[in-house]
Amino acid sequence: MDWVNAVLQGALVGGLYALFAAGLSLMFGVMRLVNIAHGDLIVLAAYLGLVTVDTLGLGPFTSLVVVVPAMFVLGYILQRGLLNFTLGTDILPPLLVTFGLSIVIENALLEGFSADEQKLQAGSFETASIHLTDQLAIGWFPLVIFVTAVAVIVLLELLIYRTAVGRAFRATSDDADTARLYGVRNRHVYSLATALALAVISIAAIFLAVRVNFDPASGPARLLYAFEAVIIGGLGSLWGTLAGGVVLGVAQAIGAQLNPGWEQLAGHVAFLIVLIVRPRGLFPKLAD
Amino acid sequence: MTALLATAGLTAFYGDFQALFGIDLVVGEGEAVAVIGANGAGKSTLLRTICGLLPADADRIRYRGANIGSLPPADIVARGIALVPEGRKLFPSLSVEENLLMGEQCGRKGSWQLDRVYALFPILRERRRLPSVSLSGGQQQMAAIGRALMTNPELLLCDEISLGLAPIVIRDVYAALPGIRAEGTALVIVEQDINRALGLADRVYCLQEGRVTLEGRPASLTREQIKLAYFGV
Repeated sequence: MDWVNAVLQGALVGGLYALFAAGLSLMFGVMRLVNIAHGDLIVLAAYLGLVTVDTLGLGPFTSLVVVVPAMFVLGYILQRGLLNFTLGTDILPPLLVTFGLSIVIENALLEGFSADEQKLQAGSFETASIHLTDQLAIGWFPLVIFVTAVAVIVLLELLIYRTAVGRAFRATSDDADTARLYGVRNRHVYSLATALALAVISIAAIFLAVRVNFDPASGPARLLYAFEAVIIGGLGSLWGTLAGGVVLGVAQAIGAQLNPGWEQLAGHVAFLIVLIVRPRGLFPKLAD
Repeated sequence: MTALLATAGLTAFYGDFQALFGIDLVVGEGEAVAVIGANGAGKSTLLRTICGLLPADADRIRYRGANIGSLPPADIVARGIALVPEGRKLFPSLSVEENLLMGEQCGRKGSWQLDRVYALFPILRERRRLPSVSLSGGQQQMAAIGRALMTNPELLLCDEISLGLAPIVIRDVYAALPGIRAEGTALVIVEQDINRALGLADRVYCLQEGRVTLEGRPASLTREQIKLAYFGV
């Protein structure tokens, strides 16, 4: 029963990794931009949540009312004012600039908040659970994370496949020049994609901040999980990304069950195995 | 006839390579103009420059009296100039209908809606849910024309719409053009198939190595003149 429990908890935590990864996947899908600062932007959103909770006296989840719009605006400005200038035929400039951005964010957070670990408190909700049987219980919080991840992916899919903005995203991803011929303003579309990506990671950031301690250096590990979830799931597929997050979460839970020190290792090993067996991921969508 | 579009001394470059050397081209309201020339003469470059995909000086391209040379493509299509690009360039991840709907992105309202495009090309209605890549070449060309029409253009630029199609299919595609002209839409037809182009056009321009080598009404030009302007021999 311990094993069933571990797999179940791991699967639910996978929702968090899927949320980390959805933003990364969106930005890569629309403009082929690999955002190395993705993890640090998650941590930045977590600190923004912390500040909002401290100054406005909101609860951690209600702070999303502030954090999500703020990160959306920040994403738009970041893309419009900086990242758009790095896009072109060469894939190196966006990598270098976002790598630099990652260092800037990490050090700015260190300067502003020190290296002390922080956490958002959600009280008894953090440990509340539903008892399925005598030995099996699922936590409310992991369940909420997973359901939120599914809801976010459903909304993103609706946006991408059912709206004019979504058509512009996909058309730009296919052929940016031809999309411009019909009135798509690339720079605006790219900025919207980044704004949306940062809005999604804000939700992930608050969940992260309630679940575990974080500090200014927590970013790169989140980036790694996001990358792994995207690659396991297959590029360009949001449901694949959810599957990738679940695979990662379950592998970590099983690893931890075998030996408490193997949690991280097991996740990375699962990633490597998928990379060897199915190099294009479980549900590949993009051709390149 | 008043000039809808006029280029004056239009030049274009790909990096250091100069592709157009001072093109003067005039398209009147509702007029059909053919641009012919060999491969590499600069025909596609001319259309791409007019659409804003290649940079030009503002005053080298005038549309309805306004300088549009330095505008981005989105602003140019919003003013009523639409391109059917060479090689069709449908969006592979979009369905046929979604490709057509991309024409709405520019925000121009007018009589061209999905229903009218489907009336013009009924086969597209049958295939509207399918991925655009599943269409045959001729159907893809129809979808590409339909997508441009969905922007409700006053001036439609067609870049080699017969390219790679069987003669019977070319006839079907070209059959749509008189109906589009009847709306008052001006046309610029870039073609390698000279007879096609001359049969349809009010006036014809011949390009060679980025320059206009001949201009006139098809009836007033002899085969010899065209051959000379086309090949330069």
